[in-house]
Amino acid sequence: MLKRRPLVTGDKTYKDVTEDICELIERPPGIHFMGLFLSVQVLFIFYIVVLACIVTTGMGLMGVNSPVGWGTDIITFVFWIGIGHAGTLISAVLFLFRQKWRTSIARTAEAMTVFAVMTAGLFPVLHTGRPWLAYWLLPYPNQRGPLWVNFRSPLIWDVFAVSTYATVSIVFWYVGLIPDFATVRDRAKNKWRKKIYGALSLGWRGSARDWNHYEMVYMLLAGLSTPLVLSVHSIVSFDFAVAQLPGWHTTIFPPYFVAGAIFSGFAMVITLMCIVRHLVPKFKDYITLDHMEVMNKIIMTTGLIVGYAYGSEFFIAWYSGAPYEQYVFVNRAFGPYGWSYWIMVSCNVITPQIFWFKKFRRSIPVMFVASIFVNIGMWFERYVITVTSLHRDFLPSQWGMFDMTFFDFGALIGSFGMFLTLFLLYLRLVPAVSIAEVKPVLFVGKDKGGHH
Amino acid sequence: MANPIEILENLLRPKAKSGLVGIWLDEHKLVDAAKKVRESGVQKFEAISPFPLHGIDDAMGIPRSIIPWVTFIFGLLGCGLGVLFTWWVSAVDWPLIIGGKPMWSLAAFIPVIFECTILFAALSSVGAMFYINGLPKIDPVIIDPDLTCHKFALFVPEESDGYSKESLEKIFKDMGAIEVRPAEF
Repeated sequence: MLKRRPLVTGDKTYKDVTEDICELIERPPGIHFMGLFLSVQVLFIFYIVVLACIVTTGMGLMGVNSPVGWGTDIITFVFWIGIGHAGTLISAVLFLFRQKWRTSIARTAEAMTVFAVMTAGLFPVLHTGRPWLAYWLLPYPNQRGPLWVNFRSPLIWDVFAVSTYATVSIVFWYVGLIPDFATVRDRAKNKWRKKIYGALSLGWRGSARDWNHYEMVYMLLAGLSTPLVLSVHSIVSFDFAVAQLPGWHTTIFPPYFVAGAIFSGFAMVITLMCIVRHLVPKFKDYITLDHMEVMNKIIMTTGLIVGYAYGSEFFIAWYSGAPYEQYVFVNRAFGPYGWSYWIMVSCNVITPQIFWFKKFRRSIPVMFVASIFVNIGMWFERYVITVTSLHRDFLPSQWGMFDMTFFDFGALIGSFGMFLTLFLLYLRLVPAVSIAEVKPVLFVGKDKGGHH
Repeated sequence: MANPIEILENLLRPKAKSGLVGIWLDEHKLVDAAKKVRESGVQKFEAISPFPLHGIDDAMGIPRSIIPWVTFIFGLLGCGLGVLFTWWVSAVDWPLIIGGKPMWSLAAFIPVIFECTILFAALSSVGAMFYINGLPKIDPVIIDPDLTCHKFALFVPEESDGYSKESLEKIFKDMGAIEVRPAEF
């Protein structure tokens, strides 16, 4: 009989699992963590200052202008939303497929989803130019008629998709956390920790009847999140695809965007897991090299899908016989923005090919560097789609270039400060591996346990 | 007049029942013990575990959760409200011609209707779970703090039919409980 590889290494008992995972919350942070956290704080404060400048002065500080009216804000919004998708894929889709290896990374991946969506959500609000009127995007009875939102616009679909996605992801994540908060509460020696985690656990006690309904809800949420995550990036792609613009108006966009989202999201999971494994050596027993290898395989697969989509776009542009479509694609690869196109292709199509080799799939330094390249490439993918399709309109009098300003770069780089701040706080405040989900798979691939 | 916070607190503070508890270190033995307890004629009792136990529902006779019905009904409700709202806004309350599309352009409304469906279904399912499980609870009695870590317990309240301290103690001990004592839950 084929032997399954253990999902958790190091002969753990149930008690060891609780202790390994809770320890991170209960002991003061080490020098490595504090160093990283403080440097991330500097970046976060820089981000706040950049955003404050843009909000108080106006969108003129950023590079968007005619003809390129969509710039860094939209590109970075799509980038972060895409990153969020891998978290839902791991926590919901792999759950429905009964992929037990997902258990030890699901919590952190879902946290990444929540924080990536939070980071993403700021960008379209900023892009409106008057973020203090962002609530106009919601359909509420108002004194302007009432003037309702335009439900035929993909931008309003996006408001609904992203806010539903954020809500359901947070709820899904929190429901998963309830039993683990109860574990932290029951271990707490400190009075305040007991109170705070007691409140967060909602008084969970884990009776069989509780678990019966809990497991059902968890599965239902996974089942609801699965079409939801596919809809979100499809709708994000509609922001582009519904416009009658060569380079955007293609039917391939929804699947192409979803595959790209999973691709970049898994790369971000790899980046974060490398950091977590470095900061918390104990987690190497839970987030094993086997986990990393499987994720690298997914990166390679989705990288191939994305590469296929690039090729398919070119083929259809040629095959359609539409001269404007053909011009946009030739211009994309060989025009003034050709450099960004080739960065995208080399990062997204060529880099993941190293994962054909088992040695590289299992090498932490290699996958760390590759995952960062993939995310650079995926940012450039959105840059290419947005900017190259806009910068040369139908009339040459409408041609122009998009130049990123200091504030464009500041908002892009600073957003990592926000994301990493949230992520590092999460690592210290919340059980970063699902305690209640890892325990039942503790003996998978081991001789102990007996029951199948 | 009573303080509303006090009323809420009393509502959320579960009333503890006294009974007998047995604690195990091996979850398989607990599942077998639960079967025995049920065979002895006790119908209402609790199993407390740090994670969902395989086979405990059958052993204790817990039926399948009814929450999928809540999900289904509220999903339909979300879908229906989405249809009504997009139609009423676009075709009734303030009809505007946009891009030459019909006032009632269902295809364009589907994304919003879909998101409403998912949102209603997801939030109602979680709400139903909270309601059925009685969450949130304020300061519930905890039999043993290790029951969310590595121990497993069966609790039989005194009020349940067929409760007999002696026979339950015997079942618990025979099935390998490491601790048997009276407790509140």
